[in-house]
Amino acid sequence: MKPQACVNIHKEWDIVGARQLGREMAKDLGFGTVDQARIATAVSELARNIYLYAEQGQICFEIIDTIERRGLCMIAVDSGPGIADISQVMQDGFTTSGGLGAGLPGVKRLMDEFDIRSEVGEGTKIKATKWIR
Amino acid sequence: MEFKQLVINNSDSIVQKWMEEIDSLKDSNYTATISDELYESTNREFVNVIFTSIRNEGSTKAVEDFSEKIINLGWPLSYITDGLQIFRRVSTEYLLTQSEKVDSNFFTNLSASVNDWVEPLIRELVNEYSGSWEHIVSLQRVALQELSAPLIPVMEGITIMPLIGTIDTERAKLIMENLLEGAIKHNSEVVLIDITGVPVVDTMVAHHIIQAAEAVRLIGATCILVGIRPEIAQTIVNLGIDLSNFPTKSSLKKGFSTALEITGRHVTDLNVKENNIEKMMDSLRGE
Repeated sequence: MKPQACVNIHKEWDIVGARQLGREMAKDLGFGTVDQARIATAVSELARNIYLYAEQGQICFEIIDTIERRGLCMIAVDSGPGIADISQVMQDGFTTSGGLGAGLPGVKRLMDEFDIRSEVGEGTKIKATKWIR
Repeated sequence: MEFKQLVINNSDSIVQKWMEEIDSLKDSNYTATISDELYESTNREFVNVIFTSIRNEGSTKAVEDFSEKIINLGWPLSYITDGLQIFRRVSTEYLLTQSEKVDSNFFTNLSASVNDWVEPLIRELVNEYSGSWEHIVSLQRVALQELSAPLIPVMEGITIMPLIGTIDTERAKLIMENLLEGAIKHNSEVVLIDITGVPVVDTMVAHHIIQAAEAVRLIGATCILVGIRPEIAQTIVNLGIDLSNFPTKSSLKKGFSTALEITGRHVTDLNVKENNIEKMMDSLRGE
């Protein structure tokens, strides 16, 4: 685990800041344009979820650089209402905000690794990683 | 106000000390790109503003001009606050060295007196500075809003909306309004939404575009989404967003020719035709 950078999400425009940082780090790491777009989109989804449901939280980026592989890991943390049924939110088309309901399952498909932990009333922590191929 | 008079009478030595102190701040706080001459002349102007303000008990015009200048130079607000804090410290120190007997009572008086002229000045300068910034930001917001959802009628029945930059909820609302209003006003049969300049298409952006396209369909026009870059196409597929309900094209050019087809028109190259006729004539002559 190497350098860490975090963006606080309070306002809608913080989503843009988080996304730009994610894209910038992906670019520096040597991801191609398609993976950069994937990472930026995934950051955008996670940041928007924080903004929409938890009102505030944080997105952190970690560069993973080991002998076997290199990649970018993003961790979205909030202390919002939490998710009661995780399998439900991971289904395509499930939404509580009138959106498309493709956010979380979409992020899972955009990234290589995806881990979600949530406790009702405590908050949510989502960790997603993309490896350089 | 004997302290005040003392400071004004000995402005030379205070200014000198102040200049030394603020000079040492240059490297640590501000960009090193500022030339020494400019920095020094601005410092002189700053200290003049401070003294005129103390002498006249508030000199709004000078303060206004000065804060405007600092903004135009692009210097940070901390330059102003640091400068005034230094002034407070330097004059307090100076007054202390000038006095023979110093007890706590004297010190309280002195400190209160110095605060009396420095604090209104801090308030005024900071207000001026932040007020100017707020003004600039609000002007830019208006300018940005005017640019956020332009609608261009290119031809009878065909309208284009080029989108550049991030789409947030406020802008999405504007896009929808302008799109529908414009489509009706220009009597459009086909509306092209160009997203070449949109950096990220996430579910929210896609959702807004789908809603806008659906609304356009309801008023009897066709909406074509153009400018889908390859990486955006891949992320849309990964996200599992269904855009099959309306036509999409990779570029504005392709979208425009589709729009021409829908409106029953096509583009003919006049020069090519003329060349062909000439070639035909030539070949006829040759026979």
